[in-house]
Amino acid sequence: MANEKKEWPLWEVFIRAKNGLSHRHAGSVHAPDADIALRHARDTYTRRMEGVSIWVIRSSDIAASDPADAGPIFEPAESKVYRHPTFYVVPDHIKHI
Amino acid sequence: MYTTEMSKNPTQLGPSAAEPPELIEAFEARVANDEFIEPKDWMPEAYRKTLIRQISQHAHSEIVGMLPEGNWITRAPSLRRKAVLLAKVQDEGGHGLYLYSAAETLGTSRDDMIDALHSGKAKYSTIFNYPTLNWADIGAIGWLVDGAAIMNQVPLQRTSYGPYARAMVRVCKEESFHQRQGFEIMMQMAAGTPEQKAMAQDAMDRWWWPALMMFGPPDENSPNTAQSVRWRIKRETNDELRQKFVDVTVPQAQAIGLTVPDPDLKWDEARGHYDYGAIDWDEFWAVVKGEGPVAKERMKARTEAWEKGAWVREAAMAHAAKQAARRQKEAANG
Ligand SMILES: [Fe+2]
Ligand SMILES: [Fe+2]
Repeated sequence: MANEKKEWPLWEVFIRAKNGLSHRHAGSVHAPDADIALRHARDTYTRRMEGVSIWVIRSSDIAASDPADAGPIFEPAESKVYRHPTFYVVPDHIKHI
Repeated sequence: MYTTEMSKNPTQLGPSAAEPPELIEAFEARVANDEFIEPKDWMPEAYRKTLIRQISQHAHSEIVGMLPEGNWITRAPSLRRKAVLLAKVQDEGGHGLYLYSAAETLGTSRDDMIDALHSGKAKYSTIFNYPTLNWADIGAIGWLVDGAAIMNQVPLQRTSYGPYARAMVRVCKEESFHQRQGFEIMMQMAAGTPEQKAMAQDAMDRWWWPALMMFGPPDENSPNTAQSVRWRIKRETNDELRQKFVDVTVPQAQAIGLTVPDPDLKWDEARGHYDYGAIDWDEFWAVVKGEGPVAKERMKARTEAWEKGAWVREAAMAHAAKQAARRQKEAANG
């Protein structure tokens, strides 16, 4: 039954390595629901104390930007160097700025 | 091995005429520049197909690789060894899962990959079609088989496809304990009673050559190596990796008093490498075709586990659907 889609849906797994850090994408698992997705994520991605907290989200619920649009999306920021502190010249004798 | 060309008549890789040359050129430039390619980026069809085949083959090898060792968990000689082996086998399952996920980002499905494995269409590393006859084999596998796997996988941490490279980083972190625990078993047996030492030597004798074959056919019979290296899907050739493995492993064997079963093995001062004897490639191809001593047993164990688990997968889906329907109803009434 190769064509009959019976597989469990895909979930993306995010793990907080320790408190103070953000959750970070670790990989994905298949699971029928969120509870089992969390359990699978724990067994698959935290066998060596890699985390203190796990998020899972159905992969199909993620909206992502298209790499083909990377130009229009990200290039406008390229010319705005004045958003960085290094753009401004401060004389050497001025301190703490 | 895990990552090597395993079909005897591989299709020639290369860009297809139907693909826009400017896209191909931009892609090649990115790869040559050691940039990572991510799932939604444009890529040549041949690159995608090669990766799907290589990553799924690699995943299958991890999964089938659980069988020869899982076989010994209940018979491990101590609680410590049992806990260690259990952890190692569980890691291999994890490796398979990281890799299946990486392959899925290329547009193949988990079900299709598993179908391909069970129908015999997809290959897995030939090494797992050899039997594990006694406890020393568990030592030899960890030391030699995981050792060869590490040799192969370390360069793949810089492979051009992002999800594959990230999976390899995680895998490599976990592999080094696999090799050490195997070496520890061998070291202890080699220093044990004469019977134990003989067992260790016998395991070494049986696993050495299959371990060398894990790196795949010699470069001159590996038609797609050049393209794969160019695409950074492979970072070193089969023969380069095999030589590295021999060079690091021979001194380890000597250190614990085991003999490498190769009368032609000798240090070549000029090359700065060990020369080693001819590999029996007929045996390799026979094992690739599924004629390994326990190939049928492995596939039978795999498909049985899959089929026996079907009702669990289906029941879990039915349960999830029921829960979702209930929540929806409650929300509507709430
Ligand atoms: Fe592994
Ligand atoms: Fe391993």
